[in-house]
Amino acid sequence: MTTGAMRDEWYPVGLRSKVDAGGQQTMLMGEQIRLRETPGGAVAVETADGRALPVVVGHGHVWTSLGQPTRPLFAIPEADQPGRRLVEVGVVRVRCSPLRAVENFLDIAHFPFVHTDILGAEPHTEVERYEVEIREKEDEVWATKVRFYQPQAAKSASGGITTDYMYRVPAPTCSVLYKTCPARPGEWDVITLFVQPLTEELCDVWPWMALYDDVTPMTDLIHFQQMIFLQDRSILENQIPRRLPLDPGMEIPTRADLTSVAYRRWLKRHNYTYGAQLVAQ
Amino acid sequence: MKLYDYILSPSCYKVRLLAALLGIPLELRAVDFHPGGEHRKPELLALNPAGSIPILEDGELRLTESAAMLVYLASLTSPDWLGRDTAAEAARTEQWLSFAQRLTASLGGARLCEMLLRPGDLAALQAAGIAALRELEAALFAQRLHGEDFLVAGRPTIADIACFPYVALAPDGSVSLDPYPSIRLWLRAIRALPGFIEMPGIHRLHELKPEPVHGAEGEPA
Repeated sequence: MTTGAMRDEWYPVGLRSKVDAGGQQTMLMGEQIRLRETPGGAVAVETADGRALPVVVGHGHVWTSLGQPTRPLFAIPEADQPGRRLVEVGVVRVRCSPLRAVENFLDIAHFPFVHTDILGAEPHTEVERYEVEIREKEDEVWATKVRFYQPQAAKSASGGITTDYMYRVPAPTCSVLYKTCPARPGEWDVITLFVQPLTEELCDVWPWMALYDDVTPMTDLIHFQQMIFLQDRSILENQIPRRLPLDPGMEIPTRADLTSVAYRRWLKRHNYTYGAQLVAQ
Repeated sequence: MKLYDYILSPSCYKVRLLAALLGIPLELRAVDFHPGGEHRKPELLALNPAGSIPILEDGELRLTESAAMLVYLASLTSPDWLGRDTAAEAARTEQWLSFAQRLTASLGGARLCEMLLRPGDLAALQAAGIAALRELEAALFAQRLHGEDFLVAGRPTIADIACFPYVALAPDGSVSLDPYPSIRLWLRAIRALPGFIEMPGIHRLHELKPEPVHGAEGEPA
């Protein structure tokens, strides 16, 4: 399997705050790469055979590409608003397709069963009708008007609330979630999932957040998100087929899966197939 | 009682779990283990020079070994959980508390490599973990032949709680539990205990629906 059209996209490969002159080794789409801080304070990334890769720093992370990105790294304007706390959650390795990791992040229906008493609880399992579109101008997948009952929607939430969500997929292995902000009604908390594809069935996941929450200690914010993501990890590692199917096959999507359907359609349209399964089984 | 805690640490979870099972309230102080490495910084090293978590404080008492914390919690409220009814039972409990350290080093080490990218010889850690699981499987099978569901008795003890988390989380280090039926039954028995709490990667038992009744209305007879 070649890297295909996804080769020219940006991928997160490390926390900017953790890269120093000593450097660190990692992998991107099957190739060993090395990150290091240059004497001038910039970050350089190169392959094992010494090829310098394009680098951009944004959203707390270092981003690179094995190919030639034609677009700048996607923006998250809300995260730049003053007063937000930026939470570096750190890396978690997951033995799953990078596309599966994003798809799981887009799913709401699993909340009561996997994140029981936190992001969902029985019997409040219904996913109400919501809207999904592929925005042609931005070339992004968006799901809006998503509502779900949550016992503890965020670290700053006390008691159950019906939470509003918007989901956005601006890049094939990245998703941005906008969510009701308990501490500041009217604003959205920003919760992201940045996925570094190591191989088609292995990825490093870098959750990152930009929250309005002046009260909760930073460590508690990190742990809340780690707890949520590690509840997903054991599920993700057991999904079959291991790669994300882009063609209709044995899976039967329901209305609650509209975001996933749009995400797969968008991947297929762009030939974003690294980590995908193309022939239905 | 204050526990220096990390939500993803199986050793911290042992203490949270036993406290929940025994109804002992804990004050939790979150430690930024990953990615911050706070357990290696001066404030925590002053409490525990070994640089490990959990740390449990109760008044003047400070404990840094999870097995000692289990002994303390059980001794306070529920001596039945100490597994010390007979000389043999006491010795076997101690045996499993020590055995739990092998699980931490092997399965726990594999998990840190696989999940949080800590350095280590993954294949060697997995092999050591599998050897420990085979030993545990054989012991639990023998227990079940005696009609006992837990490691040293027919009731749960601190030996079970000491061994449970790293075994249950073995798949996090890419060590499958599929070959071990007795271990899986034992894990289920622990998850079914009243007051059980989960941690990420160890899911609670969702209630089973009642058996369908044959011949009931709407059911094929």
